[in-house]
Amino acid sequence: MPLPIPPAIEPYFWPFVYGLVLLMVFPLMTGYIVLLERKVMADIQARLGPMRVGPHGLLQPLADAVKLLLKEDIIPALTDKWVFWLAPIISVVTALLAIFLIPFSDRLPVPDTNIGLLFVLSLTSVGILGIILGGWSSNSNYPLLGALRSTAQLVSYEVALGFSLIGGLMLAGTLSLQGIVEAQNEQRMWFIFYQPVAFVIYVIAALAETNRTPFDMPEAESEIVAGYHTEYSGFRFSLYFLAEYSNIVIVCSLMTILFLGGWMRPFPNVEALGFIDYFPVLVFGGLGAMSLLGAMRETGLPQKLGMGGLAGAFFLVAGVCLIPEARAAIEGLFWFGLKVFLGIYTFIWVRFTLPRYRYDQLMQIGWLWLIPIAIANVIVTGFVMQWDQVVRWLGN
Amino acid sequence: MQTVLPNAFFYILAGVILGGGVITITRRNAVHAAIWLVVTLLGVAGLYLHLNAEFLAAVQVLVYIGGITVLFLFVIMLVNLEEAASERQYSGQWPLGITCAALLLIELGYFIYKGQEAFYFAESFGGTLQPNTELVALALYRDYLLPFEIASLLLLVAMVGAVVLAKKDLE
Repeated sequence: MPLPIPPAIEPYFWPFVYGLVLLMVFPLMTGYIVLLERKVMADIQARLGPMRVGPHGLLQPLADAVKLLLKEDIIPALTDKWVFWLAPIISVVTALLAIFLIPFSDRLPVPDTNIGLLFVLSLTSVGILGIILGGWSSNSNYPLLGALRSTAQLVSYEVALGFSLIGGLMLAGTLSLQGIVEAQNEQRMWFIFYQPVAFVIYVIAALAETNRTPFDMPEAESEIVAGYHTEYSGFRFSLYFLAEYSNIVIVCSLMTILFLGGWMRPFPNVEALGFIDYFPVLVFGGLGAMSLLGAMRETGLPQKLGMGGLAGAFFLVAGVCLIPEARAAIEGLFWFGLKVFLGIYTFIWVRFTLPRYRYDQLMQIGWLWLIPIAIANVIVTGFVMQWDQVVRWLGN
Repeated sequence: MQTVLPNAFFYILAGVILGGGVITITRRNAVHAAIWLVVTLLGVAGLYLHLNAEFLAAVQVLVYIGGITVLFLFVIMLVNLEEAASERQYSGQWPLGITCAALLLIELGYFIYKGQEAFYFAESFGGTLQPNTELVALALYRDYLLPFEIASLLLLVAMVGAVVLAKKDLE
C-alpha cells in the first residue's frame, strides 16, 4: 500500500524514517555490545560477569543506561565550558552519521553515494576532533596526555588503514559501499581471498583506530586513569561511550563490506549450496532452544517467564525465516549482522587475551611495518591487475 | 523553488565561511580559533558539494579537518601558549595589512560599479561532471600526469627537508 507522500519529499522520506529508527535502536544495541563485552571478558577470566539484573544479566544495559542518565552532570570548575560541552557532541554526531551511511542490507533505504567509503572515513576522521578537544578542555593532565596519545596514534594508523582499503577499492572500481558489495557478487569472490594482506593490515589498524587493546594507550587505566574522558561524567560520558562503540561497529562494518562480501551469504552463486539459506532458521532455533534450557534452570518465576518469552521470540523469528519471502527480506541483515558480530567478538577476544604495547612499539609497528607493507600491497595489486600490459611491455 | 534554493545554499555557505573566518582571526584562544577554522573549512566543503564536486568535498573534510586541523591542535597543545603569547609577535604588520585591504576594497568597488561587463566569463566546460571521482583521477593521472608528479616530488623534498632539520638537533 503506497503512502500518500508528496513527490517533492519522496526521495528523502524513507531514509529519514530509517535514520530516526536507527537513532532510537542503535544506542540500545550499543548497550548490548557492552554486555557482550563484559560477558566474554568474564568468560575468559573464568567468572560469571553481570548476573543480577534480569536472567544472566540480560537487562543490565538498561540499568546501566538509567544510571548514566540520572547521574549528576559535573563540569569541573576550570574547564573551557563551551569546548567541554561541544567535544562529546562532535564525537557522537559524526559516529552516528557514519552508521547511518552503512548499508546493513540491500533492502534498507540507505543513501548510496558515489563517494560512500571516502565519506565514512572523513566522518570518522572528524570524530578525532571530539577526543582531542575533550582532552584539552578538561584542563587536567591525564585527559591531555590521553588526547595527545590518541591523536598521534590515530593520525599514524589512519595512513595504514587508508592504504589497506585501496587494495579492495582497486578491485571493486568504485567508492560506493553498495557498489563494493555488488562487485564482489559479480566477481564471485570475497575480496579477503584476493587481498589477505590488506585484510590483516586493516584489522590491526582498525584495532588501533578504535583505541582497543593492544593499542589502548589513550585510555590506559593503569597509566593515565581513563584518558581523554577522565573528567567526564553522567550523560556526557555516555555520549563518548556511545561514540566509541559506534566506531567499533563502523570499522567492523567496513571490514564486512570491503572484505567479507557485505550482506551476501557465503557462496551466493553456488546453487548446490542453497541450503545455507536455512542457516538463519538454525541459528534462531538454536538460540530459542538454549533460552528454553535456561528458562528451565532458572528458579524464580519472573526469570522463568522472561527466559521463556525470549525463547518464544527466537522460535517465532526462526518460524518466520521458514517463509521464503520473509527470509529473502531479512537475509541480508542477518548475514551482515553475523559478520559484524564475529568481528566485534574477535575485537573483544583480542582485548582480553593480549597485553598492551608500549608507546614506542606502537609507533614502530605503525610506521615501520604496517605502512610499508600496505604500500607494497597496493603496488603488487596494481601490477597483478594490469599483468597483460606488463607482459606486453616486457616482451617488446 | 528550482532557482531560489541553490542561491540560498550559496549565500548561507558564504555566510558560514566568512563568519567563521572572521571569528577565527579574532579569537584570543588558539584552540577556539582552530575550532572556528573547522567551521570555515566545513563551509568550503559544502560549497564543493554545492558545485557537484563530491570527491573534493570528501577530501576537503578528510585532509583539512581530519588531518591538518588535528595536527594544528596537536601542536597547540604541545606548545606552552602563555609563554608563546608573551614573546615577540610577528603580527605587527598594520600598515601593510591596511594597504592590502584598501587595494582590495578599491578593486571590489570598481567591479561592483562597472557591473557584469567588468568580468570575462570562461566558456563552461562542455562535458559532464559525473562521475566526479573518475574524472578527477583521469585528469590527475592521465592528462596532467607530469605536473602532478612534479608537485608530489616537491612535497616529498619538503618533507625530507623537514625531517633532516628536525634530526640535526639530535646529533
